[in-house]
Amino acid sequence: MLTLNNVEVIYNDIILVLKGMSMHVPEGQIVGLLGSNGAGKSTTLKAISGLLKPEDGEVTDGSIEYRGETIHNRDAEDIVRMGIFQVMEGRRVFEHLTVEENLIAGGYTRTDTRDLHKDIDMVYGYFPRLKERREQTAGYLSGGEQQMLAIGRALMAKPRLMMLDEPSLGLAPLLVREIFDIIARINAEHGTTILLVEQNANLTLSVAHYAYIMENGRIVLEGAPDDLKENADVREFYLGLTEVGKRKSYRDVKHYKRRKRWLS
Amino acid sequence: MDLFIQLTLTGLTNGAILALAALGFVLIYKSSDIINFAQGEFLLIGAYVTYAMIAQFGLVWPLALVLTLAVAVALGVVVERLVLRPLIGEPIISVIMVTIGLSSLLRAIVSTIWGNQPKAFPPFIPSQPIHILGATVGADRLWAIVVAVAMLGLFNFFFKRSKEGIAMRAVADDQQAALSMGISVKKIFAWAWSIAAMSAAVGGALLANIVGVGPELSSFGLRVFPVVILGGLDSIPGAVIGGLVIGLLETYTGGYIGQGLNQVVPFIVLIIILMVRPYGLFGQEIIERV
Repeated sequence: MLTLNNVEVIYNDIILVLKGMSMHVPEGQIVGLLGSNGAGKSTTLKAISGLLKPEDGEVTDGSIEYRGETIHNRDAEDIVRMGIFQVMEGRRVFEHLTVEENLIAGGYTRTDTRDLHKDIDMVYGYFPRLKERREQTAGYLSGGEQQMLAIGRALMAKPRLMMLDEPSLGLAPLLVREIFDIIARINAEHGTTILLVEQNANLTLSVAHYAYIMENGRIVLEGAPDDLKENADVREFYLGLTEVGKRKSYRDVKHYKRRKRWLS
Repeated sequence: MDLFIQLTLTGLTNGAILALAALGFVLIYKSSDIINFAQGEFLLIGAYVTYAMIAQFGLVWPLALVLTLAVAVALGVVVERLVLRPLIGEPIISVIMVTIGLSSLLRAIVSTIWGNQPKAFPPFIPSQPIHILGATVGADRLWAIVVAVAMLGLFNFFFKRSKEGIAMRAVADDQQAALSMGISVKKIFAWAWSIAAMSAAVGGALLANIVGVGPELSSFGLRVFPVVILGGLDSIPGAVIGGLVIGLLETYTGGYIGQGLNQVVPFIVLIIILMVRPYGLFGQEIIERV
């Protein structure tokens, strides 16, 4: 459905952030994209959704293809109309609008205005808590509710591909679990393809069908979640596990003996 | 008592016209956080274009008014395209500076075409005196109030109910997030500037009908500031109520205390409001989550 070929992104004509990023998102699946801070995960999403331009970023090499069309460096509005919707990092709800107005704004690109209210009810079905707060100003919602609203807003656009940028950011573990369950439900019930960017490797690997690990502007490792969970590097650096039953000694941490194999 | 009613009605008319200019101002601020220093010049252009249509081309006034609105929309779109679009993503303050430049430019264009002399305006709204409770006001002044209130209703409906209106408020809240839902920020800005120019043009036409046209009409742009600060920079009802309050305040001061002071009073209000309630009577408080 979506393919990135050797994508290179440069900010301000000088800062090279993506250095030959390639990945593939097949239709109907949940694909995880893991990586630490500054790896280029958010930049990847913005390159796809057309949000690079306002930040002075540009795809300078490679290509992004979506359903057989090249889409890089197109305007964000065109890309939303093609069915790709990015839920931005940090929720970014419209604070002074009510919950319901936020949802209407999410459905801005739709042409079938008659079904709008049916879909608002559909969103309330996924997130009953939003229904209780439909007339409330979104800025006063709790962090979890705001994340629900951000996802609900995306649902309103009826995207084929939903890209979520760190939905777990700053939320309590129980809420994170709830949000991830709903992401899995949306995928199963609507057949929406999902590209999930996360730092929470454990949870991501539990819901994704396939995952990529990103470091320094490129993919360093990919595979099915079960394979990745077995990978010694992933276990150590992303899941925080060592060999079962053995506690990590302070000396090991200090001397940092293990080196990521993909760096060589 | 007669004097009081007289002053009240005059104040309400002035206030209604102030409110129309302020409505456009608020609209632009609401959708783009830009403070438009050229709002007074929009009003000036509205007045002169109506003047040209009626006095110079001899058109009937409904047609003249429609054409003036069309010119206002065109003005809004041109300003957005040539001046603001290249500045998307730049700091707000640069855009605000540009509107100051824009105001000089527009004023210069007006005085190049029509000269600097004030001109009498062929009244198109009947101005026969109407007697209310012992006071006498021109009918044109009453019309100004009616038009301002109607525009308020229209705008309020637009922002609360229509998709474009909600999108406009969304853009004001978070431009990038709005972009991510496929809202075209460029289109929204063009909308906002066109509507702002239209409401200022209506104010300009009403004002010209009452006092005639002249370059000093653009001073209304400055008088808008106390209004929007009082009402709240981003509140549409605030613009109208603020307009009426300031209008009344000006005429009461002028009538009871003395001419001259009435020019100052609005700005005293402005300073007091900034001290005690910086977001105005109806403005949005900044939402902070902790």
